[in-house]
Amino acid sequence: MAHFTKATSLHDWLNQRLGVDTLRRVLATEYWIPKNINFLWAMGMVLAITFGLLLVSGIFLLMYYQPNVNLAFDSVNYTIMQEVDFGWLWRHIHGVAASVVFLVIYIHMFTGIYYGSYKKGREMIWISGMLLFVTFSAEAFSGYMLPWGQMSYWAGMVITNLFSMGGLHMDGLVEWIRGDYVPAQAFLNRFFMLHVLLLPLAILGLIGLHFGALRIPHVNNQDGEEIDFDAEAKKYLSGDKAHSKVIRFANDFMSKDMMVVSIYLIFFFYLVFFHYDFAMDPVNFDPADGLKTPTHIYPEWYFLWSYEILRPFSTNVGLIAFAFAQVIFFMLPFLDRSPNALPASRRGLFKYWFWAMLIDMIVLTAMGKVPPVEPFGTVGFYAALTFIGLWIVLPFITKFEKKL
Amino acid sequence: MKNSSRRGFMGKAFGAVAGVGAVASLYAMKKTWDPLPSVKAAGFTTLDMSAYKENELVTEKWRGKPIFVLKQNAEMVKKAQSNPKDIERLIKIGDAYYMVCVGLCTHLGCIPGYNPDEQSFLCACHGGRYDSTALVTKAPPPRGLDIPPFKIDGMKLVLGEEGPEYKKMLEAGTTLKV
Repeated sequence: MAHFTKATSLHDWLNQRLGVDTLRRVLATEYWIPKNINFLWAMGMVLAITFGLLLVSGIFLLMYYQPNVNLAFDSVNYTIMQEVDFGWLWRHIHGVAASVVFLVIYIHMFTGIYYGSYKKGREMIWISGMLLFVTFSAEAFSGYMLPWGQMSYWAGMVITNLFSMGGLHMDGLVEWIRGDYVPAQAFLNRFFMLHVLLLPLAILGLIGLHFGALRIPHVNNQDGEEIDFDAEAKKYLSGDKAHSKVIRFANDFMSKDMMVVSIYLIFFFYLVFFHYDFAMDPVNFDPADGLKTPTHIYPEWYFLWSYEILRPFSTNVGLIAFAFAQVIFFMLPFLDRSPNALPASRRGLFKYWFWAMLIDMIVLTAMGKVPPVEPFGTVGFYAALTFIGLWIVLPFITKFEKKL
Repeated sequence: MKNSSRRGFMGKAFGAVAGVGAVASLYAMKKTWDPLPSVKAAGFTTLDMSAYKENELVTEKWRGKPIFVLKQNAEMVKKAQSNPKDIERLIKIGDAYYMVCVGLCTHLGCIPGYNPDEQSFLCACHGGRYDSTALVTKAPPPRGLDIPPFKIDGMKLVLGEEGPEYKKMLEAGTTLKV
């Protein structure tokens, strides 16, 4: 047994048993962040805070929600919204955060793509981040089922039908996933379980992995500069803070992080109090009806780009294109053949690739929202082809990129 | 096996036990997700076919799914008879022809809408079109609407039972099994 002495304070008592000083040093005061960064580096903290908001609001919704096909709709739209004091607050926080979290995820992703933060030892950060994106998508989808409105039901129908794999007709698999021929009680119950337990557990584990993956390669910086963190840390600790390229994570960097978070939260609660309706589809205020499809089914905005890649093709081709879109971002660190970890603006053709990809995804998102009529169908078709084409050319244009 | 020690043996023994346990657990988990027997058993709907009017789409319900019943008028029958792929999809009861199918688009399962003037179905989700026997006329749907298992019983149609007419359709590849 280790040697313990009589504690001189509560801090000392805890320190002897839990090593709180060491923990604080490793996680905060001597976890080094480059100085050469901008507000886009705060998106990770913004995401962590938003996840916290989702968790807390979710806990309160869980106290009144009923995962039963006959009761679910009213438990949300009557009990929570009208009977429970401040029930509307938790619902609107939950709905707005579920939408905004994807906006921030996309900003976070495109920041990483722009600055090359998935290269040179940072591949696992990118891959764990993509796993988080996929798990968040599943979490958003399963949560969207729970109010059991028309959009819940028909999104559930359409998305689970994807698992029949088109021409393979794996209807047995679809029925297995649903636990019924159509989305019904078994379906609602199991998606409730996924939404409130299994997927959040997976997200918490993946957040741990994502943070862990950051530990050894450290955070990237605005110039993709390779920093000797040990040397810079030594410089900082010896008192030469001005010439050191790094600062402490806490409280120094955190204070700037939380400044961005404050501005974000003002924007966030402005949405919650005054513009929550953008996250609440009017169609979903009709109770689920298995005998009536809404005239126009579309997913939430953050899934529109991948939905639009599915839509313009025949079933099998569409499914293959859709599957491609779902996994291809995972491959980014390996498809980008250039050794340059630099901002896109200094990387030749990749600069154009980056902006083309961003614009193409915005076009796909817009086309996914409108009904499948001309000329939108054609625009969507070419935007989908552009998306696939951009990924095919990526290895070539980066292979011939000049080493800088 | 040169280096195998007692510790190594214990490791392998644990691996074997854990492997059997893992496979058994996965099997139990898979079976727990299966549709319940009560869900599978509630599966028969009887339709009285004399009640339908020509060129008027009626939506019935079978296993939670919408079932389209469209009694064909003389013009539609004539059109269908010119195409063997169309006519083999119709069910003849008495002197009348009926189109009976699962009203879920074969693309991704939305419910197509019927336009009695154009005598065609349009799926609003992804723009698929079907003719009056629910055969595809415009992609993305890969095939016509599926025909549920049926048995003709006088003027009645029992959905969920496989009669000889249905089996013939299956063999001819007119419909897939639903």
